[in-house]
Amino acid sequence: MSPLRAVLGRELRLALRSGGGAGLGLAFFLTVILLVPFGTGPDPDRLATIAVGTLWIGALLACLLSLDRLFQTDFEDGTLDILALSPLPMEMTVALKCLAHWLTTGLPLVIAAPVLAITLNLPGAAAPWLIASLAVGTPALSFLGAIGGALTVGIRRGGLLLSILVLPLYIPTLIFGAATVRAAIDGTDPTPPLLLLTGLTLAILALAPFAAAAALRINLR
Amino acid sequence: MQMHTEKIGLFTVARGESGSGGDRTVRPRRFPHALPPPLPPGYAKTMALEFTDLCCSRAGLPVLTGLSHRVEDGGITLLRGPNGAGKSTLLRVLAGLLPPESGTATLDGIHLGSSRDAWTEAVAFAGHLDAVKPQLTVAENLRFWAALLGAAGIDAALDAFDLGALADRAAHACSAGQKRRLGLARLALVPRRLWLLDEPAVSLDAAATTALTRLVGAHRAAGGMALIATHTDLDLAGAATLTLSPAPPGITTGPARPDPFLADIAR
Amino acid sequence: MHPMSIWRYANPVEFLRVSGAALPWFWAGTALCLATGLAWGFFGTPDDYRQGSTVKILFLHVPAALMAINAWLMMLAASLIWIIRRHHVSALAARAAAPVGAVMTVIALFTGAVWGQPMWGTWWVWDPRLTSFFILFVFYLGYIALWNAIDEPDRAADLTAVLCLVGSVFALLSRYAVFFWSQGLHQGPSLSLDRQENVDNAFYWPLLICIAGFILLFLSLVLLRTRTEIRARRLRALQNLQARA
Repeated sequence: MSPLRAVLGRELRLALRSGGGAGLGLAFFLTVILLVPFGTGPDPDRLATIAVGTLWIGALLACLLSLDRLFQTDFEDGTLDILALSPLPMEMTVALKCLAHWLTTGLPLVIAAPVLAITLNLPGAAAPWLIASLAVGTPALSFLGAIGGALTVGIRRGGLLLSILVLPLYIPTLIFGAATVRAAIDGTDPTPPLLLLTGLTLAILALAPFAAAAALRINLR
Repeated sequence: MQMHTEKIGLFTVARGESGSGGDRTVRPRRFPHALPPPLPPGYAKTMALEFTDLCCSRAGLPVLTGLSHRVEDGGITLLRGPNGAGKSTLLRVLAGLLPPESGTATLDGIHLGSSRDAWTEAVAFAGHLDAVKPQLTVAENLRFWAALLGAAGIDAALDAFDLGALADRAAHACSAGQKRRLGLARLALVPRRLWLLDEPAVSLDAAATTALTRLVGAHRAAGGMALIATHTDLDLAGAATLTLSPAPPGITTGPARPDPFLADIAR
Repeated sequence: MHPMSIWRYANPVEFLRVSGAALPWFWAGTALCLATGLAWGFFGTPDDYRQGSTVKILFLHVPAALMAINAWLMMLAASLIWIIRRHHVSALAARAAAPVGAVMTVIALFTGAVWGQPMWGTWWVWDPRLTSFFILFVFYLGYIALWNAIDEPDRAADLTAVLCLVGSVFALLSRYAVFFWSQGLHQGPSLSLDRQENVDNAFYWPLLICIAGFILLFLSLVLLRTRTEIRARRLRALQNLQARA
């Protein structure tokens, strides 16, 4: 078994075992979407206008929820020390952890979102674009979250701080992701924002592991 | 003999006016992070761990103040000293996790800080934390480290600490001593030149402590070196002892850099 | 090191000495520029034919907005110097600048709202420029919160420097993303060097003096706060020594 598969496999196994919390993000997403109509009223037209924003912000918060576990437990039990001294570069370890986070948190959201979109009366024509924008955008959420997770790994009760650090970084992703779906609803061409979102995600995938690994190394000193 | 120095570019030139006349030593200025000079071809590397004038602070407090020591090929050094003397800090510095403020360390001719890969492939670190995941079984924990470190199998490591009977037990069901054994079993996965162990015998029973000394003995017999911070006596014949003492009070201590915030008070 | 090198002031003790001597002059310059600029701006310029005297809030709004951005740029430069050369004063100056920059952002947002209410008929619109400043304010908050959350000073300096670099990239990205998201009501740049643009000639000089005053105010506050940070570190170092003795 290669080191890459070992790290990825271990992360997935830990997330899926008891106490791993793989399903929690999805459950949180469902709950948030359930609460929104209580705040706005059940009028289908009104729900349709806010559906995109609600779904995207719900996905954002669900991703955020599990980020403090990304490095914290490994930091506390000493695993991160050994990982830092392994033949695998820290950047690669970070990237694999983010990938596992996306597979267990982001991917379920992508699959659940179109179903929940129906309850919010999102026009059917926009559903494929919702899936596309979430599929392209949510990996960026995991990778950006890793920067916040790495910065706050040594701080007790760093969860709230993590949100303050990470949520502003999500703004460009949210803007382009939601703009894709809104363009599809308005009947304009949704490809420009989707392509911008794709470019942004690719840049984040390439660069975020370096920032997160740098922050982790500082915290391991 | 009169000596005077001149600064020429990057070099400090010391001129002595004695005997043979005109003898001059050109010595490069020492940068803390400068790369070491490349070894000439055919140069026999010194097979040893050597560190010189290591200085390190934690949270603004000097912990190591000019520590020097040498561990020969096949040598074991026990680190002794009261709490806060810097044993764990020294081990983290030598593991490559914590860059020293000044001083050098070489392992078999490799300089600390020059090549991360070469250094980490020569070092095994077992800190005071076991790095054991409670959700995984004993065997799963070991198998992960084996795959990551490129070990062939986990049988030898299981045998080293008599973990065979526990292999399928979930780690959260293990006692503190059993977790410790699992953490130490990682050392038996792949050969490493230098072992850095931080209080390895804590919470081990007599049998497990014997297993530990046997493992360290086998490591030494194969030519390995070890630095072991310990408060308990380990039965390791011929082991050297390095006693650390807490940094003495005072503003400048030995070769440690003075605190830049107290530069006007420091002498 | 060459005795005239600028890095001499990176020594905390040397910095304390030099900044202590310079600070009164900075305060004097601040008072002079702000008094002149604001008095001239508020009482010595004509009312706008359309906006009335409301327009004069520009003498606070424009300099504050300028300093809100420049404070972050200064933090970015100071963070880079800390990462590359590891001068403690640099890290502490970045820390000192953050609350000042955050307050400048609040002043810019507040005066903008007060100005916008009679002009646009609303206190707040999600205009790209207003939104960008709101985002900038959130970045300031995160930066300050991270500094305060970490006990170990050097580690805090390292981690906030990483955050400052990442934040700079994303603050800029957000700005362009926000323009993509909404085209706004806001007027274009108020000041440019060829002075033919939007601002009336009568406003030009008092506005420049106000900007100079805000720059001096920012520098004075940052110097003052950096001195406080250095003294806090000295105190901490002395307490450490005493605890060990």
